[in-house]
Amino acid sequence: MALVLNEEQRLLQDTAKDFLSKYASVASLRKLRDEHDHTGYDPDTWKQMAEMGWASVILPEAYGGLEFGFLGLGIVLEESGRTLTASPLFASAVVGASAVLLGGSEQQKQTLLPKIASGDLTLALALEESHHHKPTHIATTAKMQGDDFVLNGSKFFVLDGHCADKLIVVARSDGAESDSNGVTLLIVDRNSQGVTCHRTIMADSRNAANITFENVIVPSGDILGAVGDGWPILEPVLDRGRVAIAAEMMGCALETFERTVAYLKEREQFGVQIGSFQALQHRAAHMQSELELCRSVLMQALSTVDDAPEQLPLLASLAKARLNALVKLVTNEAVQMHGGIGVTDDLEIGFFLKRARVAMQVFGDTGFHKDRYAALSGY
Amino acid sequence: MENLNKFGLEVRDWLETNCPASQRQPMGPEDQYWGGRRGTFPSEDAKIWFERMRDKGWTVPEWPVKYGGGGLSPQQAKVLKSEMKRIHARTPLYGLGIWMLGPAVLEYGTDQQKQQHIHAIINAETRWAQGYSEPGAGSDLASLQCKAEDMGDHFLVNGTKIWTTAGDKCDWIFCLVRTDPTVKKQEGISFLLIDMDDAGVTTSPIALISGESEFCQTFFDNVKVPKENLLGELNKGWSVAKALLVHERKLMAEIGSDSPRHILQPNVAAREYLEFENGKIADARLRDDLVEYDMLMQAVALTHFRTFEEKSNGVRSAAPMVMKYVGTEAEKTKSELLLAIMGSRGIGWEGDGFTPQEIDTARLWATSKVMTIAGGSSEIQLNLIAQKVLELPQR
Repeated sequence: MALVLNEEQRLLQDTAKDFLSKYASVASLRKLRDEHDHTGYDPDTWKQMAEMGWASVILPEAYGGLEFGFLGLGIVLEESGRTLTASPLFASAVVGASAVLLGGSEQQKQTLLPKIASGDLTLALALEESHHHKPTHIATTAKMQGDDFVLNGSKFFVLDGHCADKLIVVARSDGAESDSNGVTLLIVDRNSQGVTCHRTIMADSRNAANITFENVIVPSGDILGAVGDGWPILEPVLDRGRVAIAAEMMGCALETFERTVAYLKEREQFGVQIGSFQALQHRAAHMQSELELCRSVLMQALSTVDDAPEQLPLLASLAKARLNALVKLVTNEAVQMHGGIGVTDDLEIGFFLKRARVAMQVFGDTGFHKDRYAALSGY
Repeated sequence: MENLNKFGLEVRDWLETNCPASQRQPMGPEDQYWGGRRGTFPSEDAKIWFERMRDKGWTVPEWPVKYGGGGLSPQQAKVLKSEMKRIHARTPLYGLGIWMLGPAVLEYGTDQQKQQHIHAIINAETRWAQGYSEPGAGSDLASLQCKAEDMGDHFLVNGTKIWTTAGDKCDWIFCLVRTDPTVKKQEGISFLLIDMDDAGVTTSPIALISGESEFCQTFFDNVKVPKENLLGELNKGWSVAKALLVHERKLMAEIGSDSPRHILQPNVAAREYLEFENGKIADARLRDDLVEYDMLMQAVALTHFRTFEEKSNGVRSAAPMVMKYVGTEAEKTKSELLLAIMGSRGIGWEGDGFTPQEIDTARLWATSKVMTIAGGSSEIQLNLIAQKVLELPQR
């Protein structure tokens, strides 16, 4: 376990900070939003990110990866959380890549992973079927028909769903609706016959879509893992995603907090800087404490992915729950402490507030993870 | 490095031979030895263990040999500590003399003060109390009023000190006193060592809401204190006190390394006092409170590890600055949670209507209120974070 960064990781941090603030700042997200950009991210920026190896941080060298582990990935994601960079980094390079890495056959890995690593192929996970995260609650069906599967059902809140090249669809091939057995993962081209994609415009101006599958034919060679045995792949994939998004949320919280503290030193009322008021100092100091606790939790969760995967479920839920609470606290306080200007669209604080709320819903809200942590702890 | 390994093996051998088995067990407060004229050993083994460690100089491993210390390098002291920890060896001697005053005397004291006080601390002949706070000077410590007037050959001390931990069991007290009332408040303070047997010194315990009375108030009524009992320069007491705080924090962290006897944890209490349905605590509200607390404690524990790792790697972060606030507030949360989980069985005070553990829980709950007030209240901690970490403007 490592709770401090090494030299190599600090270098990666500097590179990421430098690149993202230059080429993928909050201003870029505002531009994508205001221009109603069809893709929802800048493909050229993504191409450059992939060239620096960020799309393959967690992948083994054998598949064109950087093999830098989750601590390395966490660094890039945290920096991208500071700049609110829209890119396929999370949906494709973390979630999609992890699914192929953990569940794919050797042939699937060799076909897909190098393309993911180079940024030429993007994936999206089609999982949710209701407005709350219930990963075992799957009604979408995958029925055997000859050598193929026939896919029917609807998915919500599919991150990057409208622009990814391929979808990893969580479907039921067997079992009752909330059973973790009988879940099958299928890789489906987004342009396949019977796939209908409806892009949803979210509060954070990032990509999501609702997708329906109507008699979509999927060759049995495109199953990820064994038929009916998708859950043992999906659960660790979700946990990796939870830890990864927690890293992004850390960056979001830090940036919001630092901008707010800077404002407290700059804004004057009653003839003094408002940061001299104890009412604000104590709230800021409390947030600093929460940030410190979350930093430790996040570092531990990131190293757990690589060093102690058997502890990952508990750590992933701890990290997601604590970071959910952190970004909620910090973004709300940031808006309040900025006062009137804090509720204007002109100030970027609102972008952080909105991103925080969307990220809080990704792969389980606070309640979901508290319930899971309690269950894992035996109560 | 090789020498250090050799030293480690010698220490291991010596501890194996000399640390009695009973001194390797988890301990409670009643198993600690604090020394002093009125001090008693909790057991014969504790006495043997203390005497053997004292003779090696290892109750104060890094102090100079010529005053009876161990004379170890910081690296060797670290080896000794980790070897002791490995076999769960208890700390043989507790006290503010070792943790706070001794290092200050070694740094600021005259030769004569070192001769007089250092040996007495190492040999556990003197138990020291701390006299900082006053009834009118709590969080605003620098406004203290207890005064020492220069009478030529001695100081005449008048005033009072409060929250002197175990003041009624101590022999000497180190005090911050006002020696110049005419200058800015921090600049007129001196650091004075006072024998509590001197005429005019009286101490009385303060009964607390927990039923304990580990804190006292000490009164000084025309107490004559010899001039040579001034530690450091006249009116420079505030700097001596600040230097002491560094030692206090460093060493308080070490007490934590003794293995504590079993203390009731909320998730264990939940099994005993709450109903379960299908493997879950039936009361959803309490289940939520418990998981919130467990997550908080895991975060606090991980932050302790992180500060340790950062320190070993020479990395600086704000984490140590938040630990007092976070840790003591978490202790209060824990106590309130235990009471909620135990219902009317968590609020028993004495007698045979409750188990000893239940009564302990209620009393620890009352004690937990002390933690966010003593040693710099939570509000002072937040002020410090705002000033030192966030560098927010001061008024």
